[in-house]
Amino acid sequence: MGGMAAPQVAPVETPDTEEVPVSDRPWVTIVWDDPVNLMTYVTWVFQKLFGYSREKAEQLMLDVHHKGKAVVSSGARERMEHDAAQLHAYGLWATVERS
Amino acid sequence: MFRRRADRYVASFAVDEVRVLRKVATEVVGLLTDGFDHGDPVVGRLFPEVYPDDDAGTAEFRRYTEGDLKTAKIDQAGAILAALPDGDAGGEVRLDAEAAEAWLRALNDARLAMGVRLEIKDGTDLGEELDDAVATDPASSRVFQLSVYAYLGYLQESLLNALID
Repeated sequence: MGGMAAPQVAPVETPDTEEVPVSDRPWVTIVWDDPVNLMTYVTWVFQKLFGYSREKAEQLMLDVHHKGKAVVSSGARERMEHDAAQLHAYGLWATVERS
Repeated sequence: MFRRRADRYVASFAVDEVRVLRKVATEVVGLLTDGFDHGDPVVGRLFPEVYPDDDAGTAEFRRYTEGDLKTAKIDQAGAILAALPDGDAGGEVRLDAEAAEAWLRALNDARLAMGVRLEIKDGTDLGEELDDAVATDPASSRVFQLSVYAYLGYLQESLLNALID
Protein backbone atom coordinates (compact mmCIF):
# COMPACT_ATOMS: atom_id res chain seq x y z
CA MET A 1 0.00 0.00 0.00
CA GLY A 2 3.04 2.23 0.18
CA GLY A 3 3.20 5.28 -1.99
CA MET A 4 -0.48 5.99 -1.88
CA ALA A 5 -1.56 9.60 -1.78
CA ALA A 6 1.63 11.44 -2.52
CA PRO A 7 1.10 15.05 -1.54
CA GLN A 8 -0.49 16.85 -4.42
CA VAL A 9 0.95 20.20 -3.46
CA ALA A 10 4.06 21.10 -1.59
CA PRO A 11 3.28 22.53 1.83
CA VAL A 12 3.06 26.27 1.48
CA GLU A 13 4.14 28.81 4.05
CA THR A 14 1.22 30.48 5.75
CA PRO A 15 2.61 33.98 6.24
CA ASP A 16 -0.31 35.54 8.05
CA THR A 17 -0.94 32.97 10.77
CA GLU A 18 0.96 31.04 13.37
CA GLU A 19 -1.28 28.02 12.94
CA VAL A 20 -0.04 24.53 12.39
CA PRO A 21 0.59 24.14 8.67
CA VAL A 22 -2.32 22.49 6.90
CA SER A 23 -0.08 19.63 5.83
CA ASP A 24 0.66 18.76 9.49
CA ARG A 25 -2.92 18.59 10.66
CA PRO A 26 -4.13 15.06 11.22
CA TRP A 27 -6.57 13.29 8.98
CA VAL A 28 -9.55 11.23 10.05
CA THR A 29 -11.32 8.15 8.77
CA ILE A 30 -15.10 8.44 8.93
CA VAL A 31 -17.62 5.61 8.77
CA TRP A 32 -21.09 6.55 7.52
CA ASP A 33 -24.43 5.02 8.40
CA ASP A 34 -25.77 2.52 5.98
CA PRO A 35 -29.14 0.74 5.92
CA VAL A 36 -27.73 -2.71 5.16
CA ASN A 37 -24.80 -3.46 7.47
CA LEU A 38 -25.82 -5.31 10.63
CA MET A 39 -25.05 -3.49 13.88
CA THR A 40 -23.33 -6.55 15.31
CA TYR A 41 -21.22 -6.83 12.16
CA VAL A 42 -20.10 -3.18 12.29
CA THR A 43 -19.12 -3.60 15.96
CA TRP A 44 -17.17 -6.74 15.13
CA VAL A 45 -15.32 -5.00 12.27
CA PHE A 46 -14.26 -2.13 14.55
CA GLN A 47 -12.92 -4.59 17.12
CA LYS A 48 -11.20 -6.66 14.48
CA LEU A 49 -9.56 -3.86 12.50
CA PHE A 50 -8.69 -1.40 15.23
CA GLY A 51 -8.36 -3.67 18.26
CA TYR A 52 -10.97 -1.59 20.08
CA SER A 53 -12.67 -3.00 23.17
CA ARG A 54 -16.20 -4.27 22.75
CA GLU A 55 -17.49 -1.20 24.64
CA LYS A 56 -15.62 1.29 22.46
CA ALA A 57 -16.53 -0.52 19.24
CA GLU A 58 -20.19 -0.64 20.27
CA GLN A 59 -20.21 3.06 21.15
CA LEU A 60 -18.72 3.93 17.75
CA MET A 61 -21.26 1.73 16.00
CA LEU A 62 -24.08 3.47 17.90
CA ASP A 63 -22.63 6.88 16.93
CA VAL A 64 -22.64 5.81 13.29
CA HIS A 65 -26.19 4.53 13.63
CA HIS A 66 -27.68 7.49 15.50
CA LYS A 67 -25.59 10.43 14.30
CA GLY A 68 -25.11 9.20 10.75
CA LYS A 69 -21.33 8.97 10.98
CA ALA A 70 -18.40 8.62 13.36
CA VAL A 71 -14.66 9.23 13.31
CA VAL A 72 -13.11 5.79 13.77
CA SER A 73 -9.42 6.66 13.50
CA SER A 74 -7.14 9.66 13.08
CA GLY A 75 -3.55 10.23 12.09
CA ALA A 76 -1.40 10.57 9.00
CA ARG A 77 -3.17 10.65 5.66
CA GLU A 78 -1.51 7.45 4.38
CA ARG A 79 -2.57 5.63 7.52
CA MET A 80 -6.17 6.83 7.14
CA GLU A 81 -6.25 5.69 3.53
CA HIS A 82 -5.03 2.30 4.68
CA ASP A 83 -7.83 2.17 7.28
CA ALA A 84 -10.44 3.24 4.71
CA ALA A 85 -9.26 0.57 2.27
CA GLN A 86 -9.56 -2.07 5.02
CA LEU A 87 -13.04 -0.85 5.95
CA HIS A 88 -14.05 -1.04 2.28
CA ALA A 89 -12.85 -4.65 2.20
CA TYR A 90 -15.35 -5.32 5.01
CA GLY A 91 -18.08 -3.44 3.17
CA LEU A 92 -18.24 -0.42 5.46
CA TRP A 93 -18.79 2.98 3.89
CA ALA A 94 -15.63 4.88 4.84
CA THR A 95 -14.21 8.22 3.72
CA VAL A 96 -11.12 10.22 4.64
CA GLU A 97 -10.90 13.91 5.37
CA ARG A 98 -8.77 16.47 7.12
CA SER A 99 -9.80 16.84 10.75
CA MET B 1 -27.83 -21.47 10.22
CA PHE B 2 -24.28 -21.67 11.51
CA ARG B 3 -23.13 -22.91 14.88
CA ARG B 4 -19.73 -23.56 16.34
CA ARG B 5 -18.51 -27.12 16.68
CA ALA B 6 -15.02 -27.30 18.24
CA ASP B 7 -12.90 -25.06 16.01
CA ARG B 8 -15.24 -25.21 13.02
CA TYR B 9 -18.33 -23.26 11.98
CA VAL B 10 -20.91 -25.64 10.68
CA ALA B 11 -24.23 -25.31 8.89
CA SER B 12 -26.50 -27.65 6.97
CA PHE B 13 -28.06 -26.33 3.80
CA ALA B 14 -31.00 -27.62 1.82
CA VAL B 15 -30.55 -27.82 -1.91
CA ASP B 16 -32.55 -24.61 -2.42
CA GLU B 17 -30.26 -22.76 -0.03
CA VAL B 18 -27.17 -24.08 -1.80
CA ARG B 19 -28.60 -22.88 -5.12
CA VAL B 20 -29.33 -19.43 -3.71
CA LEU B 21 -25.87 -19.08 -2.17
CA ARG B 22 -24.19 -20.25 -5.36
CA LYS B 23 -26.27 -17.79 -7.37
CA VAL B 24 -25.56 -14.74 -5.20
CA ALA B 25 -21.84 -15.49 -4.91
CA THR B 26 -21.61 -16.00 -8.67
CA GLU B 27 -23.43 -12.72 -9.24
CA VAL B 28 -20.98 -10.86 -7.00
CA VAL B 29 -18.05 -12.35 -8.94
CA GLY B 30 -19.73 -11.31 -12.20
CA LEU B 31 -20.22 -7.79 -10.93
CA LEU B 32 -16.53 -7.54 -10.04
CA THR B 33 -15.22 -8.99 -13.28
CA ASP B 34 -17.06 -8.69 -16.61
CA GLY B 35 -19.73 -6.37 -15.26
CA PHE B 36 -17.40 -3.94 -13.45
CA ASP B 37 -18.64 -0.40 -13.98
CA HIS B 38 -18.12 2.55 -11.65
CA GLY B 39 -21.40 3.99 -12.92
CA ASP B 40 -23.30 1.08 -11.39
CA PRO B 41 -24.58 2.15 -7.95
CA VAL B 42 -23.74 -1.30 -6.57
CA VAL B 43 -20.10 -0.87 -7.59
CA GLY B 44 -20.27 2.63 -6.13
CA ARG B 45 -21.37 1.15 -2.81
CA LEU B 46 -18.77 -1.64 -2.75
CA PHE B 47 -16.00 0.78 -3.79
CA PRO B 48 -16.99 4.06 -2.10
CA GLU B 49 -15.44 7.39 -3.04
CA VAL B 50 -12.86 7.88 -0.31
CA TYR B 51 -12.82 11.66 -0.93
CA PRO B 52 -16.41 12.60 -1.86
CA ASP B 53 -15.35 16.18 -2.65
CA ASP B 54 -12.08 15.36 -4.40
CA ASP B 55 -12.36 13.31 -7.58
CA ALA B 56 -8.61 13.44 -8.24
CA GLY B 57 -7.87 12.21 -4.70
CA THR B 58 -10.43 9.41 -5.07
CA ALA B 59 -8.94 8.42 -8.44
CA GLU B 60 -5.44 8.34 -6.93
CA PHE B 61 -6.65 6.20 -4.01
CA ARG B 62 -8.37 3.82 -6.42
CA ARG B 63 -5.24 3.52 -8.51
CA TYR B 64 -3.42 2.11 -5.49
CA THR B 65 -6.16 0.14 -3.75
CA GLU B 66 -8.86 -0.92 -6.18
CA GLY B 67 -7.05 -3.89 -7.70
CA ASP B 68 -6.40 -5.45 -4.29
CA LEU B 69 -9.91 -4.69 -3.08
CA LYS B 70 -11.45 -6.26 -6.16
CA THR B 71 -9.27 -9.37 -5.79
CA ALA B 72 -10.17 -9.65 -2.10
CA LYS B 73 -13.88 -9.42 -2.86
CA ILE B 74 -13.67 -11.98 -5.66
CA ASP B 75 -11.70 -14.32 -3.38
CA GLN B 76 -14.21 -14.05 -0.55
CA ALA B 77 -17.14 -14.75 -2.87
CA GLY B 78 -15.02 -17.67 -4.11
CA ALA B 79 -14.76 -18.92 -0.51
CA ILE B 80 -18.53 -19.38 -0.51
CA LEU B 81 -18.49 -21.24 -3.82
CA ALA B 82 -15.57 -23.44 -2.70
CA ALA B 83 -17.23 -24.53 0.55
CA LEU B 84 -20.68 -25.35 -0.82
CA PRO B 85 -21.58 -29.00 -1.37
CA ASP B 86 -20.71 -30.27 -4.85
CA GLY B 87 -23.38 -30.75 -7.42
CA ASP B 88 -27.04 -29.87 -7.18
CA ALA B 89 -27.55 -31.11 -3.65
CA GLY B 90 -27.87 -29.96 -0.08
CA GLY B 91 -25.30 -30.80 2.55
CA GLU B 92 -23.08 -29.62 5.33
CA VAL B 93 -20.64 -26.72 5.18
CA ARG B 94 -17.71 -26.69 7.60
CA LEU B 95 -15.57 -23.58 7.82
CA ASP B 96 -12.34 -22.85 9.66
CA ALA B 97 -11.95 -19.39 11.19
CA GLU B 98 -10.36 -17.90 8.08
CA ALA B 99 -13.05 -19.24 5.74
CA ALA B 100 -15.74 -18.12 8.20
CA GLU B 101 -14.46 -14.53 8.04
CA ALA B 102 -14.32 -14.68 4.25
CA TRP B 103 -17.94 -15.87 4.27
CA LEU B 104 -18.95 -13.02 6.58
CA ARG B 105 -17.43 -10.42 4.26
CA ALA B 106 -18.84 -12.10 1.15
CA LEU B 107 -22.34 -12.39 2.62
CA ASN B 108 -22.07 -8.71 3.49
CA ASP B 109 -21.04 -7.80 -0.08
CA ALA B 110 -23.97 -9.78 -1.46
CA ARG B 111 -26.36 -8.03 0.96
CA LEU B 112 -24.95 -4.62 0.05
CA ALA B 113 -25.43 -5.36 -3.64
CA MET B 114 -28.99 -6.58 -3.11
CA GLY B 115 -29.73 -3.71 -0.72
CA VAL B 116 -28.88 -1.17 -3.42
CA ARG B 117 -30.96 -2.98 -6.07
CA LEU B 118 -33.92 -3.38 -3.68
CA GLU B 119 -33.59 0.24 -2.53
CA ILE B 120 -33.36 -0.73 1.12
CA LYS B 121 -33.37 2.45 3.23
CA ASP B 122 -32.84 3.21 6.88
CA GLY B 123 -36.06 2.22 8.54
CA THR B 124 -37.14 -0.13 5.75
CA ASP B 125 -39.30 -2.81 7.37
CA LEU B 126 -38.45 -5.99 5.48
CA GLY B 127 -41.61 -7.75 6.62
CA GLU B 128 -43.76 -4.92 5.29
CA GLU B 129 -41.81 -4.74 2.04
CA LEU B 130 -42.31 -8.44 1.57
CA ASP B 131 -46.05 -8.25 2.36
CA ASP B 132 -46.44 -5.41 -0.15
CA ALA B 133 -44.51 -7.28 -2.80
CA VAL B 134 -46.55 -10.45 -2.24
CA ALA B 135 -49.79 -8.44 -2.42
CA THR B 136 -48.68 -6.90 -5.72
CA ASP B 137 -47.46 -10.11 -7.33
CA PRO B 138 -46.52 -13.20 -5.31
CA ALA B 139 -44.56 -14.59 -8.24
CA SER B 140 -42.51 -11.44 -8.78
CA SER B 141 -38.76 -11.31 -8.74
CA ARG B 142 -38.97 -8.71 -5.96
CA VAL B 143 -40.59 -11.25 -3.63
CA PHE B 144 -37.78 -13.69 -4.34
CA GLN B 145 -35.04 -11.05 -3.99
CA LEU B 146 -36.43 -9.72 -0.70
CA SER B 147 -36.65 -13.25 0.69
CA VAL B 148 -33.06 -13.95 -0.32
CA TYR B 149 -31.91 -10.64 1.18
CA ALA B 150 -33.60 -11.47 4.49
CA TYR B 151 -32.21 -15.00 4.43
CA LEU B 152 -28.63 -13.75 3.87
CA GLY B 153 -29.02 -11.40 6.84
CA TYR B 154 -30.06 -14.25 9.14
CA LEU B 155 -27.24 -16.41 7.83
CA GLN B 156 -24.64 -13.69 8.29
CA GLU B 157 -25.88 -12.98 11.81
CA SER B 158 -25.77 -16.66 12.76
CA LEU B 159 -22.18 -16.96 11.52
CA LEU B 160 -21.17 -13.78 13.33
CA ASN B 161 -22.74 -15.01 16.58
CA ALA B 162 -20.95 -18.34 16.22
CA LEU B 163 -17.65 -16.50 15.70
CA ILE B 164 -18.13 -14.15 18.65
CA ASP B 165 -19.26 -16.84 21.13
